[in-house]
Amino acid sequence: MSERRPRKQRAPTGPPPPPVAQRLWIRYTKTGRLRFMSHRDFARAFERAIRRAKLPIGFSAGFTPHPKISWVGAAPTGVASEAEYVEIGLTEQRDPEEVRVALNDSLPADLDICECVPATGKSLAERVTASEWQFTFTQVSPALLREAVEHLIGAEQVTVQRLTQTGRKSVDVRGPLVGASVSTGPSSDCAIMTMVVRQSTPVIRPDDVYAALHDVAGLVPPVPPSAVRLRQGDLDAADRLVDPLGYQP
Amino acid sequence: MTVESVFPRLEPLLPQVQKPIQYVGGELNSTTKDWDSVQVRWALMYPDAYEVGVPNQGVMILYEILNERSDCLAERTYAVWPDLAALMRENDIPQFTVDGHRPVKNFDVLGVSFSTELGYTNLLEALDLAQIPMTAAERTIDHPIVLGGGHAAFNPEPIADFIDAAVLGDGEQVVGDITDAIAGWKSAGRPDGRTGLLLRLAAIEGVYIPQFYDVSYRPDGQIESVAPNQDGVPAVISKRTTMNLDEWPYPKAPLVPIAESVHERMSVEIFRGCTRGCRFCQAGMITRPVRERSITGIGEMVERGLAATGFEEVGLLSLSSADHSEIGEIAKGLADRYADSKTSLSLPSTRVDAFNVTLANELSRNGRRSGLTFAPEGGSERIRKVINKMVSKEDLIRTVTTAYANGWRQVKLYFMCGLPTETDEDVLEIAEMAKEVIRAGREASGRNDIRCTVSIGGFVPKPHTPFQWASQASAATIDRRLSRLRSEISADKNLGRSIGFRYHDGKPSEIEGLLSRGDRRVGAVIRKVWEAGGHFDGWSEHFSHQRWVDSAAEELPKVGVDLEWYTVRERDELEILPWDHLDSGLDKQWLWDDWLDALDETEVDDCRWTPCYDCGVCPGMGTDIQVGPTGKKMLPLTPVSSAISAPRT
Repeated sequence: MSERRPRKQRAPTGPPPPPVAQRLWIRYTKTGRLRFMSHRDFARAFERAIRRAKLPIGFSAGFTPHPKISWVGAAPTGVASEAEYVEIGLTEQRDPEEVRVALNDSLPADLDICECVPATGKSLAERVTASEWQFTFTQVSPALLREAVEHLIGAEQVTVQRLTQTGRKSVDVRGPLVGASVSTGPSSDCAIMTMVVRQSTPVIRPDDVYAALHDVAGLVPPVPPSAVRLRQGDLDAADRLVDPLGYQP
Repeated sequence: MTVESVFPRLEPLLPQVQKPIQYVGGELNSTTKDWDSVQVRWALMYPDAYEVGVPNQGVMILYEILNERSDCLAERTYAVWPDLAALMRENDIPQFTVDGHRPVKNFDVLGVSFSTELGYTNLLEALDLAQIPMTAAERTIDHPIVLGGGHAAFNPEPIADFIDAAVLGDGEQVVGDITDAIAGWKSAGRPDGRTGLLLRLAAIEGVYIPQFYDVSYRPDGQIESVAPNQDGVPAVISKRTTMNLDEWPYPKAPLVPIAESVHERMSVEIFRGCTRGCRFCQAGMITRPVRERSITGIGEMVERGLAATGFEEVGLLSLSSADHSEIGEIAKGLADRYADSKTSLSLPSTRVDAFNVTLANELSRNGRRSGLTFAPEGGSERIRKVINKMVSKEDLIRTVTTAYANGWRQVKLYFMCGLPTETDEDVLEIAEMAKEVIRAGREASGRNDIRCTVSIGGFVPKPHTPFQWASQASAATIDRRLSRLRSEISADKNLGRSIGFRYHDGKPSEIEGLLSRGDRRVGAVIRKVWEAGGHFDGWSEHFSHQRWVDSAAEELPKVGVDLEWYTVRERDELEILPWDHLDSGLDKQWLWDDWLDALDETEVDDCRWTPCYDCGVCPGMGTDIQVGPTGKKMLPLTPVSSAISAPRT
């Protein structure tokens, strides 16, 4: 057998990728029929929108460079959201409003880029620790829903089972729940529940809340409720949500 | 008559199904037109799941061409998975398009693209879900024309009862002719009803209307005759050929899938047709002659497509991409232009030679070199002569040595099993070849962690090829050879651990064989399989060989034949084949002579570089193969960077 000549593995040639010169925080929405996108689907669409908008996105080094995009807790597939957040890193300074418009124009209609501001101070993840949800229960009286919600709040712990690809998982819905209220919707047999939850592990999903309301009060809505995430942010001392993109001194 | 969207009724069901996004539409570059603004409406179907169907080039091309017409609209529909199909039936929601969510039954045409015969059961499922009568005979003036196209349409006889029309060959121009015919028929007040329209369609070159032909059979089961039963329909239907690809730069704005699909890249077809003459290859036979897209045309399509989509990868598509007369310039031009833009380039279909490695190196200049794929197709020199795949063992070793020496870590080799005249020994030689590849690769790279994957599938004889007369190897024969090959590879502990082995058992190939060379009597089997719950036959988790065998055993003896009659039986020269009245341009005598040459292990050269061997295509079309070089450069030559400096304010 002939002598083997040890060779070094190929490495990318050329200069390292340019450093990130500007970090931007973005709020976007996922509504309408495109709420059925999974987060993976959305991430792919967003990367392509960046390419179409010709934004100078930064990349990591190596053979498979990744664009500098950092996601913060995305809403589950099928659930609408008015407040999703992402951070992007550009290699050149750009006017944030121009970036917002360029990205928005490159995305399908049901995906809107609403705000784009320069990153400052503590990280986006530290600023997004809780969210406010709204659930609309049609053909459910507000009184009935209110009673169920009171049972939920009154409990110490409400553990529901969630089906995952790997099996069943137990999730406590009560623990992360900060507060909830019920109001009357557009008609008297439509009830609206608004709640604020902390980001726990695992994160509470709308389906977990429905399961919890069923477990504590036997609530079975005749029509599946619809959910929308209204806001996200950090909780202040009085448990109020603070806008993560608002400038804090 | 405005047609309502089913979306409001569909939406509440979507949270209950897997990957609901695939039914939602709204992709970038998709189109939804006003229903009442046009005269002719096409629903285009790819009869498989969204993830397989959405990147299909054929559907994308026709979708765009049809939507560019102001008098016409086209929307897309895909096979619906069983979870949603059950809910649709429960809630009386018919098969819909993903663009406008309009019921398919309200369109003028349901055009279905068949790349493979295994999509036939999905056609029946879609017709049933669409609430369109299953057979052409049951349809009325108010039902769409169900039209099949794609490679499988070169023998549509097994689905002849279920379709109203089949289109042979390239679709770019014929869809316009069909649209004109429907518009003319409608403007004239729909004279002579559905038959009147079908007669108008039959007058279009390349359009075959099965119900206008009667097939009779001899007592031994063979076809006695295929004869027109209407005045004025042609005895033989010729295929359509789009001659100048530069005039048809489609898709101009490719669809960007909204759910993950099997091909997450943009494809640009760099030429159509192939003259290598591989005898097993139906695509290479039925798409002749070779027509190249020009280097400048390719450059424009890549540029425009990337701007319209934001894709990260471009595939240069064709049956043998390295054969483009200016491929070197194309690869270099694109690599220069996109070197700095994080856009990767790929050449999906390559032949075994060192030039290909050079090309692949060029296209992966600064990227990862993971794997290269080559297709020797046959394990022994002898069998490669039979199939006319002119690759010597030395060629292969030289090619893979170059690849490993250039930093490629993995080589994938494609083979077929069950080829005509094949013996166990021909297949076992694949093991020798793979071991030698590893030996040469370890030597050339100086590393022990290089790999070679042997990927092998069962051969299916296809219509319009020299092997259309051949006996198909039984599933048992294929399974035995594959199992011997696997033991032979794993017996060598040292080399075997670097060799991967991927194969499909012979059962799906057997059914594909039945459907490929079947006649109208096979339609009853397809229907029986669908009634027994068969669909998504291209998916191993849904395919049931037993269901096909049982249905064939039930239906075929009624007409005096059986499954083996269609598969393992060798045909003789004078037998009337079910597709003899469908003309792919190839001279049947030439095919027969080439079949005899195959049995003699005699090879035939590529007519692109050597004199014509009279396959019959060029004179029949009054044409010639169209190849460069044009000598032009890919313009513009400005490199594109990922950090494009847009003017700043």
